[in-house]
Order: sequence, then structure tokens, then C-alpha cells
Amino acid sequence: MRTDLLHMTINELRKMMPWIEDYFSAFAIDSVHYGNEKLEELGSILGEDYFIEMESSSFAFIDGFFLFIEQARALQQGNGFTVESLTVLPGRNKNDEKEAFSIELKKGEVTAIVGPTGSGKSRLLADIESLSQEDTPTGRKILVNGRAPDDEERFSTEGRFIAQLSQNMNFVMDLSVEEFLTLHAESRMVNEISHVVQKIYDTANILAGEPFSRETPVTELSGGQSRALMIADTALLSPASVVLIDEIENAGVDKIRSLELLVSNNKIVLISTHDPLLALSADQRLVIQNGGISKLLKTTQDEKKYLKSLEKIDNKLTFLRNQLRRGEEIDFSDFPV
Amino acid sequence: MRLVTVAGPPSSGKTSIIIKTIEELRQKGFSIGVVKFDCLSAQDENLYSTHNIPVKTGLSRGLCPDHFFVSNIEEALKWAKGRSFDFLITESAGLCNRCSPHIKNVLAICVIDNLSGVNTPKKIGPMLKLADIVVITKGDIVSQAEREVFAYRVRQVNPRGMIIQINGVTGQGSFYLAKLMEKTSIIETLQGATLRFTMPGALCSYCLGERKIGDDKQIGVSKLVNFRGEEQAKGEE
Repeated sequence: MRTDLLHMTINELRKMMPWIEDYFSAFAIDSVHYGNEKLEELGSILGEDYFIEMESSSFAFIDGFFLFIEQARALQQGNGFTVESLTVLPGRNKNDEKEAFSIELKKGEVTAIVGPTGSGKSRLLADIESLSQEDTPTGRKILVNGRAPDDEERFSTEGRFIAQLSQNMNFVMDLSVEEFLTLHAESRMVNEISHVVQKIYDTANILAGEPFSRETPVTELSGGQSRALMIADTALLSPASVVLIDEIENAGVDKIRSLELLVSNNKIVLISTHDPLLALSADQRLVIQNGGISKLLKTTQDEKKYLKSLEKIDNKLTFLRNQLRRGEEIDFSDFPV
Repeated sequence: MRLVTVAGPPSSGKTSIIIKTIEELRQKGFSIGVVKFDCLSAQDENLYSTHNIPVKTGLSRGLCPDHFFVSNIEEALKWAKGRSFDFLITESAGLCNRCSPHIKNVLAICVIDNLSGVNTPKKIGPMLKLADIVVITKGDIVSQAEREVFAYRVRQVNPRGMIIQINGVTGQGSFYLAKLMEKTSIIETLQGATLRFTMPGALCSYCLGERKIGDDKQIGVSKLVNFRGEEQAKGEE
């Protein structure tokens, strides 16, 4: 395999793996210019001095080339680490009392986390994110697919299988929506980039209260538009199979559709929230008290019955908000005095 | 003594990461000392002291900071041995993005942050390229997509290194780093050890203290940017 690739020309390699361009560009090598050269000869053509100037050596260049391919393939295969379920084994609360039961989180299910500020909601999300093995303050242990991950697995995932989304997150890149999505798609090595970009853009616009164009710089998107883009991008492009959401209630996005989108893409979703609509759309809710998990409530049929009317109230409020935003007169005809 | 070199651009979160990692190591009963190398001034000494971490500061002032690092690292190691620490962690800012304090067979860590921009990994150079572990900070305030793109860009320039995301405020992730530091091997001396990368070849009038600007002041090794393009190339022929 290694020798085969060494004998190939740069053009042949680019045809086989278009993303390999990225690696050449890191060494400032113009892969079009050297297209007809063989990989094994690139070292001597450019000369050792060239690589020294690039703070490297021809040996490290070739060696890195194969490592890069290996990692790229792992990325394409979703790092071979699909999460079907997560199990949270009991830890201890702030009074050093043991939590009473363990919890299982499954693919395609939404779990809401509720509890007062400072009760330990973020700590639970942090335990899951770090796949804690009785080595965090709570002493919780997380199993992946029913098994404790070894250190190697915890390290090697590089945080790739858990995505986080919080109110504090902003876009910082100086790019338009389209450029930004293209860049992300390239780094994920997907095949039909323009197709994926279009799909995320369309989905984000459905989720966002106010539409935005592809040319808008990501840093200029409103709070709601940013959140909508982040959710659509995470659902459709992130390799993560677990999504941790820290409060999105006031962001001005279609909350219910956002959750449905994530679930339909087979993610395990955890959402820390006090929004009745979000909490009741979840399959279950975890109650956190005093640093520990105190209750697990399944969303009942009875509760679900009220979802529709809750959604109506929520829509009414959103409608009022939009009227205010547009500077219109407020239409109270739907409201009792 | 286990030695660890930590380097990274200014304000990337080096000090926070080191403090959080030391807290993890201390829980396991290790004692740790820090040497902070900087150029003009360093306020971090107070920060380390408030966490009861023994610290020494070295300011290079008029000297090349990386030359200064190499001339002092052996003494720093002796200081740490004299105090019977289990670990010595050195912290230095990679100021010209050309050097790196990394030494062969000594655990090398580079700290960079998600806010620095997607093209930054390509600009940083050997400090990042030759690191064993790349710590990426400030992931809590950028989008998931940006975190993924940034990590990919780091991967491009350093396919060998291990990437760890750490939140410098909460310390989330520092547990990983502490665990890896524990595995690093013990060294007795740095006599005869080799840097992973050469320092810049530079001996010009400015290295020797010249401050005046002008053609006749440029003595020794120097290099000119070709601003005139074709025109100048012709002139040289």
C-alpha cells in the first residue's frame, strides 16, 4: 500500500483523494505544478533545503503524508466509534450521598436536565463530555455501549464524538455562511460538498426566525440565526453522536424542529433547560438537586397531551416578539384581557 | 525529575492550563515547580503563588528569548532537583513563531486557542509542528464547527501530535493532560540533549545592539523582501 502510493504521481493521488491537497498546502507545495511528479521523487525535486525552510525534512514530509491519510480515513469512517448508548453510573452529590440509580441514554432519544441554578446540571454535562471514570468530583462513571472506555479511547476521540452547543458560543471566523460551511465540509472530507452546504443552509433557514443569505458573514448573524446554523450544522455535518445543549430557549429558533432534526439524525441529545415546551418534548427528564441526580421522570402521555396547546402559546409569544421587532402595532386579538 | 516544556502564543491560556493540570497532579501526591520564561515582563508569578505553586521567572529582556531559554534550562532543572520536585514545567511564549523550546525526549506541549483563527496553525511553525501534545483552549465560546475545523487544521501541520481540548476556566480536560504527563520519563541532566529544531541563523548588526535604520547599518546576515517584483529580478540579472 505504502509503496503503491509512493510510486503514484501527485495528479493520481489527488484524483484518488481530493482532500490530500490540504496536506501539500501545509508545506506550501503547488500540487498542480508538480502534478506529473511521483510522490517518492518530490523530496529530491524540491531538495532538502526546501523542507528545512519549511521547518521539516523530506523524511518527515513523507512520514506525515501517510499519517495524514490514516487519520483522514478514520475521520471519514466517523472514527469507528459509534455510540449506541451511554450509561451514567451513580456518583455522589454535594453531601457525599450516593445517587440512587444509574441512567441509560439511547440513540435518537432526548433527555432534558432540570434543576435550579448551581444544582449541578453543567457538572453532569461535563462528566459526560469527559467520559468520567470515577475521576471527577462527582465520582460518576460513564459507560459507552455498556462498556467502560479505556484511556486510549478516551484520549483518541479528541472530543470528536460529543458536540456542545451553548448560549455562550459565537462564530468567530471571518467568513460568509457559504464559505464557512464549505470549510467545515472540506475538513470533514465529505464527497458532495455543495450538496451538503445547500442542505445545511436550507435547514438553518427553516429553523431560524428570520431568513439570512449565504453571503452574510457568520459573525453578523443574529443570536437566533447563529443558533439555527449551529444546530443544522451539528445535526448534518458533525461526526459527533452525542449532542449536549446548554439552554437555547431564548435564542429565537424553532426549538421543537431543532430537537426533531437532531433526533432524526440519530444523535443522543441532552438538553439543560427550564422551558416547558422543550422539557416536555423530551422523552424523559433528569432532576438534579444538590449536585446529584435525584429523579428520572418519563414524559407521560398526559403531559404530551398538553404539548400542542403549549406550542400554541409559544407561537403566540413568538408572533408578538416578531411584531415588536418589525416595529408594527401589536395585535392582541388572540389574547384574553 | 520529569521535565515538560509548555509553549504557545501570548494569551492562549498556558498559565491557566498549567495551573489546572498541577491541581490534578497534586491530588495524586506529586510536587511540581514552574519556571516561567518571558521577554519583557511577567505577571503570572503572582497567579502561581496564589495557588501555592513554587515558581521562578526568567526575563530575557534584550536577548533572543529562545537563546535565553536554552542557556538557562539546565540551571532551572538543577533548581527543581534541589527542591526535590517530581515535575518541572517550563512555560514560554513562542514570540517570533519561528522558534520552539522543545527538546528531544522531553515532553513538548503547545497551547493554542480556537479564537486565534483557522490560518494560525500554519503560521505558528515548529513550536506547534514538533509538539507531542497540542492543547486547544477556548472551545467553550466558539461553535462546534469551528472547533472541528480548527482541530483539523492542527492535524494538517502536526499529524503526529495528540490533540486535547481543555477549558482553562473550568479545567475540563486537564485531567487528560495530567495523566499523560505522569507517563513521561525521568531525566537527570540536559547536558548533551538536542533541541528539536534549530534556532534562526542570525548574526547581524541588530543582534549586536544596533538601533539605527539604513542600508549602511545592515551588516552581517540579512535578507530582503522582493517588493518590486519583475523589475528587481531584471535588475539583478
